[in-house]
Amino acid sequence: MSTPQAFFAYFAVAMTILSLLVVTRRNPVHSVLWMLVLFIHIAALYLFLNAEFIAAIQIIIYAGAILVLFLFVIMLLNLRKEEAEKRFQKQWLYSIAISVLLVIFLVSVVGNITVVPPPGPYTAEVIKSEGHLMTIGKVLYSEFLLPFEIASLILLVAIIGAVVLAKKRLE
Amino acid sequence: MVPLSWYIVLSAVMFSIGVFGFLSRRNLIIIFISIELMLNSVNISLVAFSHYLQSMRGQLLVFFIITVAAAEAAIGLAILIAFYRNNPTIKVDEINLLKG
Repeated sequence: MSTPQAFFAYFAVAMTILSLLVVTRRNPVHSVLWMLVLFIHIAALYLFLNAEFIAAIQIIIYAGAILVLFLFVIMLLNLRKEEAEKRFQKQWLYSIAISVLLVIFLVSVVGNITVVPPPGPYTAEVIKSEGHLMTIGKVLYSEFLLPFEIASLILLVAIIGAVVLAKKRLE
Repeated sequence: MVPLSWYIVLSAVMFSIGVFGFLSRRNLIIIFISIELMLNSVNISLVAFSHYLQSMRGQLLVFFIITVAAAEAAIGLAILIAFYRNNPTIKVDEINLLKG
């Protein structure tokens, strides 16, 4: 097994274990903290795939913003007594069956996937010479300009919606 | 060189763990976290495709998925807080106001 493969094997095993920890912990704070470790592993995997910008926003947005939002909400709600009760619903055996079947299905469909020979122009050397942020920015502001603008609208709607939903109703 | 299929299998496994958490947990916050887990597993497969196809589109799609995930988390947690104020529970099997 070569060094990149050993590297990937560590990340695959660690990420599977961390995902299981995230969905099975009783205390939601522990879940969120395991999720933080998982996100750092995912960011390292993105670096391994030559996606530096994506790794950076994975850390900044997911670990820095979304998880802190989750932590704030957990602290805001008083969940002490709920932690003592059972964690799974009564259909949890069916859920295990469904997820195992889903794994078998997905692996049998895409388990041997390969790339069709003529790949695109963005090889690792091109990205390295130009810089990843420059490359991604050029595509973002030319080909993906309309989706970029729509993303700004989505964020605006989310800001207004979150404030309107969570504020106390004025009498 | 790591084959592309390894990344896709890892992504499939993480997605299924997210599905398991979504279907089986009672705590609404953990269900949200499971959704984030599923989105992240899809992101891994997209970045892997982007690298192996030498195209930027997969990474741009990841960028937009992260945007939508942030919006979704903010709105979802705001709905959760608004609900908790009226009905102080976050266990999904006790949230049955619409049940006939």
